[in-house]
Amino acid sequence: MYVIVVGAGKVGAQVVRELVTAGHEVLAIERDPAKVAAINEELGEIAILGDGPEVRVQDEVGMARADLCVATTGRDETNLAVCQVAQVRFHVPRVIARINNPKNEAIFRALGVELTVSATQAILAHIEQELPSHPLIHLLQLRGSGFELVEVMVPEGASTVGRRVDSIDLPPGVLLSLVVRPDGTPEVPNGETTLEGGSEILAVTQPEHETWLRRALTGGA
Amino acid sequence: MKIVIMGCGRVGAMLAGRLSDAGHDISIVDLTASAFRRLPEGFAGTQIVGNGVDQDTLREAGIEQADAFVAVTQGDNRNVMAAQVAMHLFDVERAVARIYDPERQKIYTELGLRTVSPTVILSDRLFDAVVDP
Repeated sequence: MYVIVVGAGKVGAQVVRELVTAGHEVLAIERDPAKVAAINEELGEIAILGDGPEVRVQDEVGMARADLCVATTGRDETNLAVCQVAQVRFHVPRVIARINNPKNEAIFRALGVELTVSATQAILAHIEQELPSHPLIHLLQLRGSGFELVEVMVPEGASTVGRRVDSIDLPPGVLLSLVVRPDGTPEVPNGETTLEGGSEILAVTQPEHETWLRRALTGGA
Repeated sequence: MKIVIMGCGRVGAMLAGRLSDAGHDISIVDLTASAFRRLPEGFAGTQIVGNGVDQDTLREAGIEQADAFVAVTQGDNRNVMAAQVAMHLFDVERAVARIYDPERQKIYTELGLRTVSPTVILSDRLFDAVVDP
């Protein structure tokens, strides 16, 4: 694959390294001469100095034949412009944008940048996971489907402990995909599975049914 | 008309003053409070300190009731992003962005944005000033 990476800061440089190691043809566009020099010294002449959203710059690096464009700068407006120029002017089949402010995800999606990676969101998800009392953790957005994958912890002593799955009033469309028992054993649940205190349940749900799902599984308010 | 302007530089401030004098309801947004000193004396509109790319700042500026939005910060990328937020997320009928880069202006015009490129306009004027008798 020919991949063009815009931005060679900490995130971009690591993306470039991984892609080169994986055997892809990679070109990086970066505004800071020092960062361009650092990449070129480490990986050979694969970084050029330039402003990523500029049509002329994208033309020079052959955006028209790129299979993928990844915008990794620390500025959301730059990343959006990079993706829009690549898509509209050079018809790049796939674009990926780093999003720094999670609030901006909606505008990226509305404008057809389907694949976005938000470091802030990822860090938040990790923090949620590390907080033992957190009843519902967001694991993954299933893009395009309107569903998400979440993890719900059944607390010890919850009113739902000992109940069978088929006796629980689950929101419509929810799929309980996996139960991880307190000893770490995973199993695919069915109607006869009984809820156990300290187990974790992975479920696919629509975001608007999160609260209902959490209450149904934990009995909590 | 209710109009939100992002960027209180020379152009933003002058435009805000003129539209306000013409009887429009203006909210002007800038990152720094000191930028508002450029506004004409007795400016009747609302001044909001904040980043106009941020949807919460735009809401505070009344974007949900706005008939028009104008983005005139120094950054092309910021201007087109904010104008597209106004157009696509807040259904503002007239969203206008200043774009210095004429090449990118073409792209965003294609995407339905109203754009003004000072580079194109100024070079036209200068051309006429030089060549015209």
